Amino acid sequence: MSDLLQYLVSGLAVGCGFALLASGLVTVHRVSGTVNFAQGMFAVVAGLAAGSFLSAGLPHGVAEVAAVTAAGAVGLLTGLVATGKPGTGPRAALIITLGLGFVAYAVEIMVWGDGPRSHPGLGGTIQVAGAYVQRQHLLVIAATALVFTALGLFFSRTYLGKALSAAASNPYAARAVGMNVTRMGLAAFALGGVLGGTAGVLLTPMLPISFNSDVLLITNGFAAAILGGLNRPGLALAGALTLGVAEALVAGYLDASYQTVVALVLMLAIMIWQASRRTALDMEAAR
Amino acid sequence: MSDPVLEVTGLVVRYGNATALDHVTLHVSAGEMVALVGPNGAGKSSLVNAIMGLVRPAGGTVRLDGRAALVPEGRQMFPDLSVDDNLALGAWRRRREGSSARDTAWVYEVLPELARLRRQKAGSLSGGQQQMVAFGRALMGDPAVLIVDELSLGLAPLVTTTLAGHLRRLNAERGLAVVLIEQNARLAFDLCTRAYVLEAGRIRAEGPCAELAESSDVVAAYLGVTP
Repeated sequence: MSDLLQYLVSGLAVGCGFALLASGLVTVHRVSGTVNFAQGMFAVVAGLAAGSFLSAGLPHGVAEVAAVTAAGAVGLLTGLVATGKPGTGPRAALIITLGLGFVAYAVEIMVWGDGPRSHPGLGGTIQVAGAYVQRQHLLVIAATALVFTALGLFFSRTYLGKALSAAASNPYAARAVGMNVTRMGLAAFALGGVLGGTAGVLLTPMLPISFNSDVLLITNGFAAAILGGLNRPGLALAGALTLGVAEALVAGYLDASYQTVVALVLMLAIMIWQASRRTALDMEAAR
Repeated sequence: MSDPVLEVTGLVVRYGNATALDHVTLHVSAGEMVALVGPNGAGKSSLVNAIMGLVRPAGGTVRLDGRAALVPEGRQMFPDLSVDDNLALGAWRRRREGSSARDTAWVYEVLPELARLRRQKAGSLSGGQQQMVAFGRALMGDPAVLIVDELSLGLAPLVTTTLAGHLRRLNAERGLAVVLIEQNARLAFDLCTRAYVLEAGRIRAEGPCAELAESSDVVAAYLGVTP
């Protein structure tokens, strides 16, 4: 019983990390229409940078915030390269983000080497109902709850948040009322960098990361985000938590090497289901 | 004649090798209602986009005294946002310029039909209701000149009449200048005092609507309707 509880909590914590990553994907897609495959890279950069800042003597908190800020800057830069040139379509932008992810590999190996790295998070455990729960896991869950609440309020209640959604849903009308749609997209990339970076600094103490961890992160983040068609943060959160828990149970009771397979199978199943449903809807509408 | 709120001089718009507008010159005075008519592909949309700053002209100038706001063709809602949010976003340019934003309550006074729809998603409304929202959103920008790109397209005659009534009233009571781009030349000539006929990127005729409507050759040749 206490095993199960432990798997559940650690699964939820890892799922929260995926959810934060997915929230970045959703934010960028909602506003700019781009599927940002560099999203995992933001988390890697922030996770590795946080470790370096800590070794350089920065205190906890400051180091993590600095790393997240750096990820925001990387996000902005990615947005500039991928969408800054007027007339770049979302598909071209997707390929550019994919390419930037590989370019980042080179830079990351030069700066941090190619081995996995970790940094200490919130140490210690507390006992809940007979199970030992790591405090870092609780921190990740709390931080994710906070981020998703803030993000939800931002998009549904603030003028800028509504404008960001509007720019994506109808770029022509947005430009007609005077919005700079390209700049809105860049703001979303910067926000995506911050969200991905937050995922990175929170996940690294639980799963050591290396330059190519972005594949694992983007696979899980994408699988979660696709549940809401890359546009709905709430569904992405639900998807990410399901994935995290499913993977923790698979790792706990079967074999850890099946973890990513679970994400891939789930993602494929959802995409096939959504594609078939969309076709059915189209046929319905055509009638 | 009072000062122009909109003055377009020698405007040229090109897309690659194709010339959409070829030295177009027109003006709209304060409080004036001007029709812009012409067949499909005449360059009306290019002219609208150039006035709104959405395409960069290859030559010529657009001078505005105050702001221009657009009621775009096809209504162009932000479908997932409420009517109230759609209206509020119409004030984006004003807010960016730091002027005090107009309250949406103002729009509900001017267009009372919208008040009961304020919480509904714009995407769920009928075409006529959406056109009303598009009007309200444009008015939120506090324009000196309102550019209406296809008032009646796809709308029921009764809805068109209501919208035309609002337009006439806004013009009479608030001195709002209007540029009306309209497929239905009869409606346009009925609402406006002056008109320009655009064809193949050039102004082919201009003058008071009454005169243009009389000269049946213009109407027949450029509008494809018999008076």
